[in-house]
Parts: sequence; structure tokens; C-alpha cells
Amino acid sequence: MPRRGLLAYLPALTLALFLAPVATGLVGTWLPAFGYFPTLGGDSLTLKSWFVLFAQPGLGESLRLTILSGFLATLIAFLLTILLLAACHGGRLILVLRGLMAPLIAVPHAAVALGLAFLIAPSGWLVRLVSPWATGWQLPPDVATVQDPNALALTFGLVVKELPFLLLMTLAALEHVRAEERLAVARSLGYGPVTAWLKAVLPAVYRQIRLPLYAVLAYALSVVDMALILAPLTPPPLAVQVLRWFNDPDLSMRFVAAAGASLQLLIVAGSIALWRLGEIVVERLGRAWIAGGRRGGNGRITRLLTICLVQGIVALAAAGLLGLALWSVTRRWRYPDVLPSAFSLETWARQAPEVAAIAGTTLATGLAAAAIALVLVLGCLENEQRRGLSLTNRALWLLYTPLLVPQVAFLFGTQVLAIQVGIDATWLALVWSHLLFVLPYVFLTLGDSYRALDERYARTALCLGARPNRVFWQVKLPMLLRPVLFALAVGFAVSVTQYLPTLFAGGGRFVTLTTEAVGLAAGGDRRVIGVYAFLQALLPLLGFAGALALPQLLLGPRAQRRNLQAAA
Amino acid sequence: MIRRRLPVFSMLLAALATASGLCAAAAQAAETRPWAEILKAAEGQTVYWNAWGGDERINAYIAWVRDQVKQNFSIDLQHVKLTDTADAVSRVLAERAAGKKEDGAIDLIWINGENFAAMKDKQLLYGPFTKVLPNFDLVDFDNKPSTLVDFTVPTEGYEAPWGMAKLNFIYDSARVEKTPGSIPELLDWAKTYPGRFTYPAPPDFLGSTFLKQVLIELAPDPAFLQAPVENDSQVEQVARPLWQYLDALHPHLWRGGKGFPASGPAQRQLLDDGEVDITLSFYPSEASSAIANDLLPETARTFVLDKGTIGNTHFVAIPFNAKAVEGALVVTNFLMSPKAQAVKQSPEAWGDDTVLALSKLSDGDRQLFATLPRGDATLSPEELGPTLLEPHPSWMTRIEAEWQQRYAR
Repeated sequence: MPRRGLLAYLPALTLALFLAPVATGLVGTWLPAFGYFPTLGGDSLTLKSWFVLFAQPGLGESLRLTILSGFLATLIAFLLTILLLAACHGGRLILVLRGLMAPLIAVPHAAVALGLAFLIAPSGWLVRLVSPWATGWQLPPDVATVQDPNALALTFGLVVKELPFLLLMTLAALEHVRAEERLAVARSLGYGPVTAWLKAVLPAVYRQIRLPLYAVLAYALSVVDMALILAPLTPPPLAVQVLRWFNDPDLSMRFVAAAGASLQLLIVAGSIALWRLGEIVVERLGRAWIAGGRRGGNGRITRLLTICLVQGIVALAAAGLLGLALWSVTRRWRYPDVLPSAFSLETWARQAPEVAAIAGTTLATGLAAAAIALVLVLGCLENEQRRGLSLTNRALWLLYTPLLVPQVAFLFGTQVLAIQVGIDATWLALVWSHLLFVLPYVFLTLGDSYRALDERYARTALCLGARPNRVFWQVKLPMLLRPVLFALAVGFAVSVTQYLPTLFAGGGRFVTLTTEAVGLAAGGDRRVIGVYAFLQALLPLLGFAGALALPQLLLGPRAQRRNLQAAA
Repeated sequence: MIRRRLPVFSMLLAALATASGLCAAAAQAAETRPWAEILKAAEGQTVYWNAWGGDERINAYIAWVRDQVKQNFSIDLQHVKLTDTADAVSRVLAERAAGKKEDGAIDLIWINGENFAAMKDKQLLYGPFTKVLPNFDLVDFDNKPSTLVDFTVPTEGYEAPWGMAKLNFIYDSARVEKTPGSIPELLDWAKTYPGRFTYPAPPDFLGSTFLKQVLIELAPDPAFLQAPVENDSQVEQVARPLWQYLDALHPHLWRGGKGFPASGPAQRQLLDDGEVDITLSFYPSEASSAIANDLLPETARTFVLDKGTIGNTHFVAIPFNAKAVEGALVVTNFLMSPKAQAVKQSPEAWGDDTVLALSKLSDGDRQLFATLPRGDATLSPEELGPTLLEPHPSWMTRIEAEWQQRYAR
């Protein structure tokens, strides 16, 4: 009987590494929510903090903003995704859009939000483009387009960021459901292209994207960094409000904050349940619709509309980032000038030392978290293959846990763990906190490619007498270099994006481009915000560029030789 | 709103607290060591300075200080940027609750007002320490009494002054012809030019200061404000004109009074963008400084109210459990040095008035200040008008909470 090697324990270790903080974090939040926190004088279970929570001014409005923006953003992103795929299935356009979406997915939420904020503000770039010559606005109009009372700016920002994610997840899922065959059958029965996709492909693909969709919903309901930039402030959405309570100098507010964080979790859980309910209703109705047999038109209008919308969204996001880049080299840029009236590299020069240090922290943390995640994920996948296991649905849910549970609902409890282990406000804690979120994404990115690798390569090598480890290092890894590097880049990008985990685990000692950019957004100089947000967007993009370019450099000659040999 | 850059989830720290940690008061002892000894001990220390980081020019100044103390004293100064000083108070409080009596995370805090009052009251501060600082003697105690009394609370050596603030208003003279001279006139002005004025949402310190300015100017008897709040009905009575005023003012504000800028710098940006015509400032030469830094148009000017505006002093203090006490003392002393004060007062840097008495300086040092440009947008000391005293911090706490109740829901 073969000895169980280190590898066999890796999945358990991995799970423990990223589930334990979430679990302890939740316990560490729920106990104080019910009054149990001996050091602050809470040694019995009470509902007092919940009463205080519900008596907080503005709580109702906070909840309204949270739920409105969360559902609206998820729904819009989802509808755009399926309509786009339905309308353009198999076309070249999808490939083009996919190419455009990939960089957008890498750009951190905060950078997108900062870019949009400048773009859509009443004195922002869009208004500047048409003022005053077309609008007559010598002064910007007094309309709340950012931090608006219904959090529509936040909703829009979320759509911009979540659409690429959903689109890429759905595209990946399409490969599992034999979409082409389904579509071909439906089309041969005379269904129009969009209708055929919605009736024959969507029901199958929806099952595959359910978890990512829930993750999007959970994220949209509990986002903090984007909300700080785009959502109204008096009062803010719940997650931001909870953060404020945690920081109140009146320590008794910690109980209320813990209750608020727990409420945040309940809202996310309830919302997912509600969404599930909606699924069931739509499923019922949809079945009748599918059975109804209406063939639908050629879908040209749907196609045109969704393509315009999606391209518009990509264009806006890109324009926002361009605006930030432009601000970073601006000396003076006043309303209503379309472009800066004076350029200067002074901001870069002045910020250089600080920027270098902060970018260094960001880079080191991101690389470390992504590398650790990669090692763990590769180990898990290799173990899975050697022992002939496959990922169950339940395991997938576990994987999604850190993405489904709102950050603010457990990160604060997680800190207890960090303090008890004695790593509070250390770099180790920072990397670990990022790992919680990096790991699932790396797994999701790499899993499919890893399993898709033709097993005959490995089998052949084994037959030739190579040990499994050698097969892994010399056959699988080189063949998978491209997806491995891509997963690394994804992990890095996820790390760069993290705002709350950096605040919690870093204890103020560690500043990344994201925390700096979000912090400056409170009213800092746009030129400086431009520098940080631009770099924040640039780093992950460079990561992806590197992931694409490196295999060429590393494997170029060898791959060419192999091709030649194959040809001969 | 406040963007809390550094949430300090200190309850967690408290999770580790021991029972003794809970009730133990901080041991407080006066700093008496000779300066040379402190200087020596400070060498090589890392000082974590928790300071509001919401203004880029101020951050740049702090970065300059960092370079200076590195060069001159081999101290590694780290600016931990806060969005609200209350975060730092909260952290120290939690550290004590957790029984962390030394090696705290914070060595120095930029502080004043209710945060100082809270920390002093809860014995969270190190000191008294100001007597050992050589530059403390240069402070202008006679003409700047607020360097010793912070929001009616005596400092008693637990904090050292490093700048003078006075509420003033910046406007764009290209758009505003006649500026209001009083709080009631400001209401008339807002009615005439709807949507062109606003103030930062409390508890941002400028927003809170605006509330206090209204309170002082409209209160039937502002003398009450110099003493701690006595009871609810007193607050109700004294503050009633304030709420009546705000109820009347808000519909005429930017965004109809439904949204507020996050901070002073955010409102300054709105002024530059042309979204509002007036912004608030705490530094008499902020307008000139902002013009010099291309943050406001050349036409920006300053005005104050006829009966005076609130003025105060800002300080630095050292938490009782600071790790690098000596380093923090040396940095503090440097902040009060003529060189650091002169650079700070320069409109090209920050534009924050000095706490020093120029008469106490050497000729060379005095020259540093004499050569500072004043800037077209800065009012002369005479034009700046009378300085109103800050109310007792308990008033501010009450009024901030009430503001949330009324307008942030």
C-alpha cells in the first residue's frame, strides 16, 4: 500500500488555511453581537445591541441603499451577460469582447470607481465634453450623479466591474454544457438565434454559473471600497456604516458594529435565498415559455442593443481609467476644459518615493499571496488526479465561502485569531488575509485547464518509468505553463484589489495602492489620486501581460523545435 | 462623512484582555530626563505618527518632516494616515482594554479638542512631557492662549502645540461679489444663490466647526458653551437656534442639502470645479497655498465673519503605551522648531500659522518668518478678525450626534 505523502494532506490543509479564519471570524463577530465580550464588560448573552442597532438613525436608509444597489447591479450584469451571449453566440464579436473584458477584470474595483466618479460627476469629463457649447452650462449643474441618493452611481460601478466576471465565467461554463449541439438542434427546429440560446442553452448553463452569480450578489451587497467612492455618505450603505461603528471611539459601539456585521451576513444570506426563490419562479414560468414553442425573431434588435450597452460600458470604464492617467500628468485642469490646460510630471516626481514604497508593498504582498495560493492549488489538483477524485458540488461551495460571506461580517472576528497567533498587523497576517480571497480565484482559474490536460501524456510518461513527481514537474507543469501563469496573474490581481482585508490585517501599518487610492478619494488632490489609481490599475495589467508574454520567452525555442519535430 | 482609512478593530485586541488590563489605569509620570539622554535614546527608533491624512499638501509637509528627522536625528518617522483622529483614540483605548501597557502601535497622534479631552480624561496619554522640550519655551503663550487650553480643557503638558487654526471661508471672487458677514447673512446669501454653498458632513472637523460657529453666533447665551454640558434640556435650549437655522439653510445648499462633501479638501475641489462658490478652511493661508499649488484659481480669496470665527490650536500627543517615546519627543520638538514652523507657514507648503512667539526667536530664525510671502488671497492678521473660543468638547459630541439624527437618515 502506498504511503500517503504530504500531498494527500494538502487539500485539508488548504481548506483549513482559508476556512478557519472565516469560521472563527464569524464566531468572533456573532458572540459580541449578542453581547458576549467579557473584556468590554459583556459576559452574558443579550439582545441589547440589536435593539441599539435598530434604533440607529439612518439604518433604514442604509439598508435600502444596500439592497437596491446589490440587487439592481447583479440583475443588470446578469441580464446583459446572457443577452449578449444569446445574441452573439459563436460570433467573432464575443472573442473581441472577451479580449476587452479580460483587462477590465484585472483592474481593481477602486480604480474603476475613481475613474467613473470623475467621468460622470456634474463637473466631470462627460459634461466637460459638451459644455458649455452644447449645454450652456457655464457652471456644472447641481445634480447628484455621483453619491446620488439612490446609489445608482454605485450600482453602475458594480455593473461595470461584475459584467466582465460574469461574462468570463459564463463563457467558461458554456464549454461544459455542449452549447453548440443544443443550439444546433434548437436552430434546426426553427428557433431564432436569441430565443434558441435562451430556451436551449440558458437552462443548462445557469446551473453552472449559479455560484459565481451568488458571489456577485454577495459582493454587490457588501462592497466597501466602491461604496466609499460612489455611494451617498449620509447615511452610507450598511457595510460602510458597520465599518464606521467599528471605529467609534465609544467602545460600546463595538457591540452594535458586531450586530451590524451580523445583520450584513443575514442580508446576504436572505438575498441569496430570495434570488433562489426568484430562480424557482422564473424556472416555472420559463418552462411554460419554452414549451410554448414560440420561435422568436432574428434577434437583431436585442443584438444591437446589448452590443451597444456592453461596448458603452467597456468604453466608459476605459475612459475613466484614461481620465485618471491624464490627471496624474496634469498641472491644471478646470471645468469646462475638455483637456488639461497645463501638463506636468511634478506629481509623479513628488510622489515617487512614497509611491515606490507603497507599490513595493502591493507587489510583494500580491506575489506572495498568489504564489502560495498557486502551490496549494497545484497540490490539491495533483492530489485530486493521482487519487482519482473529482470536485464535488459541496467542495465547490466551500471554495466559494470567502466570496459568499461578506468581508465585513467576518474579517473583524478574524482579527481575533491574528492577535491570538500574535501576527496582528504583520506582513504575514496581511498575506494570509489576501490568501483567503486569492485562493478561490486561483483554483477556479486553474482547475478547468488542469483537468482538461489530456491524461495520456501523464500516462505515457508513467509507462516510460517516470515517477509521479517527475511527471508533474517535467510533463504537466511545462505543458500547463500558460494557464499556471495566468492563474498567478489572476491571484495577483485579486490581491491588489483587496481593500478591507488590507485595512483589517494590516492594522494601518501596511498601505497598498488600493488603500491609498481609496483613502485619497475622500478629498485628496485628483492629480495624486490619478497617480495611485493609475498604478493600481497598471500593476495587475502588467501581471497579465507578463503571464501572456513569459511562455513565449521561456518556451519559444523549445516549443518551436517540438513543432518542427512533429511536422517531420 | 468620514472615510476611516485605518479601521482599528480593537475590540479584537480586547479579546485578549486580561481582567487586570480592564481596570488598570495607565501609569502616568512626568517626563524629566535630560534632553541629551532623550536625543540619544531616540536614535534609530521608528515613530508611528497617526495623523489625519486627508490633505495632500499636509501629507507632503509631513513627508518633509520625515526626511528632516531621518537626516538630523536618525529617526524613522512613519505617517499612519487617518481619516478621523477618533480611530487612533479608539485603538489606544482598545489596547489598554487588552492590557497592552507598552509597545503600543501608536507613538504620536495629531490631536486636539474632544479627542484630547477623551484621552486625557481616560488617562491614555504619556506625560506631562512638554517641559523637557527645548522648543516649547518659544511658544507664544501670551497671545495664543489656546496653546495651553484646548477647547476649554487645560493641556497640562500632555500635548504640544504645533499649529494655529482659524475658521475662514474661501470663495471665488470671479463668481462672488459680496460675501456674507455673519451667519444670518450666509443664510440670505444661500437663498439668493441656491446650490452654491455647502459644508462637509460632520463629524469631519470642518463640518463640526461650522456647526459650532452657527451655535456660538446664534445661541442666546454663548457663555454656557464654555462649560461642560449639564443636561439634555440645556442642550435642547442652547442648540435650538442652530437646528432652526440648519432647517432653513439646507434646502438652499448644494444638492438641496441631501448630500454633503466628505471633507474640507473635497469641498475645495468642488469650489475649483465650480460646483460651489464657497468652501471652508481652517488655515488662514490655505487659499494662497491652494493657488500656489494649482488647486484653486488665481481669483480665490478669503473672508471671515464680522463677529469673529472659531480658532484653535492643534497639537501632538503621545499615547501612554507608545513604543518609541523618545523618538516621539524628538519629533515633537522638531515640529515646534523655528525651521519646521516657518516651512509650515509658507503658502507653498501648508500655510498653517505658527505657534511660536516671533519675539522669542533669534534674529536669524525671525528672518525665516519675515521673508515668507503672504499671498494675495491671505487676509492680514487685522483683517482676520476676532477669534472665538472653542466650546467645551461635550457640546460638540452632543451636536454631532444630533446632526446625524436629524440629517443623516
